[in-house]
Amino acid sequence: MIGRTLVIARREFAAYFSTPLAAVFLVIFLFLAGLFTFNIGGFYDRAQADLRPFFQFHPWLFLFLVPAVSMRLWAEERRTGTVELLTTLPFRLGELVVGKFLAAWGFTLVALALTAPIWITVNWLGEPDNGVILAGYVGSALMAGAFLAVGACLSACSKSQVIAFVSCVVACFLLLLTGFPAVQDFFSGWAPRAVVEALASMSALIHFEALVRGVVDARDLLFFLSVIVAFLLMNALVIDWKKAL
Amino acid sequence: MQVLVETRALHKRFGDIHAVRGVDLKVHRGEVLGFLGPNGAGKTTTMRMVTGFLEPTQGTAWVDGVNVALDPLRAKTRMGYLPEGAPCYPDMRVEEFLGFIARARGYRGPELRSRVEHAITAVNLTLVRRQTFETLSKGYRRRTGIAQSLLHDPPVLIMDEPTDGLDPNQKFEVRQLIRRLGKDRAVILSTHLLEEVEAVCTRAVIINRGTVVFDGTPAEMDAKAPAGLKANRLDHVFRQLTTGDLPAGPA
Repeated sequence: MIGRTLVIARREFAAYFSTPLAAVFLVIFLFLAGLFTFNIGGFYDRAQADLRPFFQFHPWLFLFLVPAVSMRLWAEERRTGTVELLTTLPFRLGELVVGKFLAAWGFTLVALALTAPIWITVNWLGEPDNGVILAGYVGSALMAGAFLAVGACLSACSKSQVIAFVSCVVACFLLLLTGFPAVQDFFSGWAPRAVVEALASMSALIHFEALVRGVVDARDLLFFLSVIVAFLLMNALVIDWKKAL
Repeated sequence: MQVLVETRALHKRFGDIHAVRGVDLKVHRGEVLGFLGPNGAGKTTTMRMVTGFLEPTQGTAWVDGVNVALDPLRAKTRMGYLPEGAPCYPDMRVEEFLGFIARARGYRGPELRSRVEHAITAVNLTLVRRQTFETLSKGYRRRTGIAQSLLHDPPVLIMDEPTDGLDPNQKFEVRQLIRRLGKDRAVILSTHLLEEVEAVCTRAVIINRGTVVFDGTPAEMDAKAPAGLKANRLDHVFRQLTTGDLPAGPA
């Protein structure tokens, strides 16, 4: 079971590197991460040995870059017809869904790992709390995972990668901001109170910022993990549902 | 003779369109069944339901005795499938692709390598084994699609237009291969080339508007043509059965 999931993950992971997508993504991600950290975040001016300016822009970077990673997962298979090949090979649906997700997540983890020079820099310049930095990386990885799960699910809904991309950006934007006044006001007029409160606790940004501060709370971890699981389940349902269409 | 593929009262509706209306098929070991019909008759849909890619609205399909809806995983190990248009991953090399299929089928190590080698030689892909799909001609793509379908030596082969887009030499080779493969397994191939029926099939099934209108050997099909007709006899029968010039009904 795990073996077959890895067969899928391995093919998908290699697929990123067989096109210019991987190089373009990595270069843009690293460039923007550096730009935000040093120019906009004022990494040096703050004269503090931590990576807050680095992590605080991740939600906004991921908002546009992660959908670019997830958009092809299923939409491309549908467009080229390979989905027919894939789903008639002896894989369980769960193996396909998880395998694809793991490949995309692995790819974004590579991107995150390549930011290590920033971590090395801050350690060379001062004495940061590496525990906090680790929590930041964990938060960043989990947030990317949650966005990817959302994106994979939306990619399964359409043949078009553009639709998958745009709908994923919107969905992730809502996921980031559900706790914020603008979104709350939109719902508080008509939705029941319980729904509004539930939405308030579902803001990815609030959970992420808690982790970046170095406060590793099981609820924050659980939040991201449950978003991942929920959307992967929905992803499987979408694929299964299309079979019966 | 052992029945390797069976469908009973297979129906498929896409919204208002009733694409397949109660198809009953039995394919035995050693048979090469030519699945014929005009475009949109329901050939591809029927094959997709047998392979488990589509769920039937009603009815059941068995492959090598395994119910496709109840045990899809086991059913999929018993068949090789060439989907319509032989879809492939444009950035993958032929070798890589066959390696992926072999791993998906559970092969590892030397067994994997020998399966891939065997598939490459079976359909003459040696020259292009290191090329990516986007650089391949239509014929080579189709052949790679055939190679992946027989990599695990399945008892059932389902091929949607296996010779479409091939040149006459390639057609000849693929037909020879299918004839050879059909000796000890069940092969279903869809086509709208009637010459193919005479060349490779031991049985022909014609489907029109979702129902089977003929099921018999190519010789029986030929016998339905007017005695005086010299050429294109199968074409004549096909036209009669699928345009309603004859009272349609299972033969």
